[in-house]
Amino acid sequence: MEKFETFTGIVCPLDRSNVDTDAIIPKQFLKSIKRSGFGPNLFDEWRYLDHGEPGMDNSKRPLNPDFVLNDPRYQGAQVLLTRENFGCGSSREHAPWALDDYGFRIIIAPSYADIFFNNCFKNGILPVVLDEKIVDELFAQATLEQALSLTVDLQQQQLVVGDAEPIPFEVDPFRKHCLLNGLDDIGLTLQHVDLIKAYEARRADEAPWLFS
Amino acid sequence: MSAKTLYDKLWESHLVRTDEDGTALIYIDRHLVHEVTSPQAFEGLRLAGRKPWRTEANLATPDHNVPTTERSGGVSTIVDPVSRLQVETLDQNCRDFAITEFEMLDPRQGIVHVIGPEQGATLPGMTVVCGDSHTSTHGAMGALAFGIGTSEVEHVLATQCLIQKKSKSMQVRVDGQVAPGVTAKDIVLAIIGKIGTAGGTGYAIEFAGDAIETLSIEGRLTLCNMAIEAGARAGFVAVDQKTIDYVKGRPYAPQGDDWDKAIAYWQTLHTDPGAEFDKVVILDGAAIKPQVTWGTSPEMVVGVDQAVPDPADEADKVKADGMRRALEYMGLEAGTPIQDIAVDKVFIGSCTNSRIEDLRAAAEVAKGQQVASNVKLALIVPGSGLVKAQAEEEGLDKIFVEAGFEWREPGCSMCLAMNADRLESGERCASTSNRNFEGRQGQGGRTHLVSPAMAAAAAIHGHFVEI
Repeated sequence: MEKFETFTGIVCPLDRSNVDTDAIIPKQFLKSIKRSGFGPNLFDEWRYLDHGEPGMDNSKRPLNPDFVLNDPRYQGAQVLLTRENFGCGSSREHAPWALDDYGFRIIIAPSYADIFFNNCFKNGILPVVLDEKIVDELFAQATLEQALSLTVDLQQQQLVVGDAEPIPFEVDPFRKHCLLNGLDDIGLTLQHVDLIKAYEARRADEAPWLFS
Repeated sequence: MSAKTLYDKLWESHLVRTDEDGTALIYIDRHLVHEVTSPQAFEGLRLAGRKPWRTEANLATPDHNVPTTERSGGVSTIVDPVSRLQVETLDQNCRDFAITEFEMLDPRQGIVHVIGPEQGATLPGMTVVCGDSHTSTHGAMGALAFGIGTSEVEHVLATQCLIQKKSKSMQVRVDGQVAPGVTAKDIVLAIIGKIGTAGGTGYAIEFAGDAIETLSIEGRLTLCNMAIEAGARAGFVAVDQKTIDYVKGRPYAPQGDDWDKAIAYWQTLHTDPGAEFDKVVILDGAAIKPQVTWGTSPEMVVGVDQAVPDPADEADKVKADGMRRALEYMGLEAGTPIQDIAVDKVFIGSCTNSRIEDLRAAAEVAKGQQVASNVKLALIVPGSGLVKAQAEEEGLDKIFVEAGFEWREPGCSMCLAMNADRLESGERCASTSNRNFEGRQGQGGRTHLVSPAMAAAAAIHGHFVEI
């Protein structure tokens, strides 16, 4: 996994709560057996005016001019600002794959659904949780004529917007460590092979039916 | 020894190691696999030169992409080449890694969350995971079961473990009994209506109380299935005699000496008196009515005797905006009585409601009746080949067909419309599935979540009715 560095990006404001993973990447694109190439179909049903199917030339499809991703101000955005319970519903990891493939590295919201939140870290995306009031303020700034740019410093756990006081955020220490170092979970777990085997031996004794 | 919750017991019995900050490695007893969320995980294993840690802990079946119409010709009958490739890829991966798979034409094939309990492959006290959010279903067996993403599917395949942090604990108690005609589906929709779709975020939910104890195991499977729609990755119910009776004799259930040992252990799988939860939510069972969702989130739900709510009455601006957007998408006016809403299609199936008791409840309503003329399609999709066979043995298929329903082959079908079963734009559906999100059952499709009996009644009357 790519190491997560400090970086600066444009903020795209998606002013909806309870955005579900079906909306992030509709099911017809889940038929792919690959991990990449989902970016052009991110938010497909909101982003285009026609019905999308795998294999279409997305560059020729009619765009929905009212959808925020199509606003010229937010082209190249790397930060997605949104509302509560983002990523609810299906466990599909295609949702963070699509966000990542599009170019989003940071999401900011008051809350996330658990599985999605977890899937983000596995793909080098940082989901930042901020108080609803701060999110409201960021929405006010991000929807001005001039797009908002902010800097994310994971090491210091803060967001920096212009000259304003940095906004601190919480992040789980283990996940922060993995993101900063681009660590692969499986590699980490396999350092504990002996412990896993010891657990299995103990458990097979207590609950033999689980191993028969 | 201090009093423990069921969640404490399930969690502690699977701990391989714990870091100081609470990050834990937990052991996974059962991994269910389907075709949509596994190909990239198998690919990852291959690229890293890894093998499954414990092959026999995995059980696979294709369910999302399989056709529900005539398919005796096998995988080649899947018309969509992309869907077909995904099913073929699962078959190939399972062969390559020697994982047991109930392939499409196997009589045991079905929706993963139906076949697990049906086979006795998900047992009390187990940790059960699957690359599917509705894995919470298996909590009904007194198991710790939750959905994972594809990276974690690969992690479980490679290590038989997952890196997790313990959730907070919530007890949702439904006191007293529900009225006749009020089902597990209505109970869980009422719970989601009360705590909201994010109400369970960060929690593992134990469902308890008189009304939950009264539910059959199949009812509890329906209940736990939708824990995720309340935001909780895991939902479960304590083991009781019903659980043990349900498991007994199933193909993967313990036998002989193991059976006796297992029962002794399973009987400890309940919350001790005096154990504390981080949060307790209480509902009055008698107050729960048959439920119908009106919007695009499962929390947008009311009793069938009520009307579509008015966003003007909602004080929270973000919520009111969401309600307005939902009404527009659903093509509904605030104040419309739920019973005045006519439906175009009816879907009875999904991992929520496709088991034999669900089909019996629907058949009871449909018997001797006719599907209303305004209903273009009424689908019955059994949850597995074995459910289908059982229903046919009981003559339920004939009742449905005579009433004008279509009787199909097992799979996920129109719950998420990855196969050919879907809504057209603007069509309205009474559905026994679990998600009423925009576009879930087909782009522009409008979903109302209900119980099997309510869905069957809507098919017969052409609109929702008191049942």
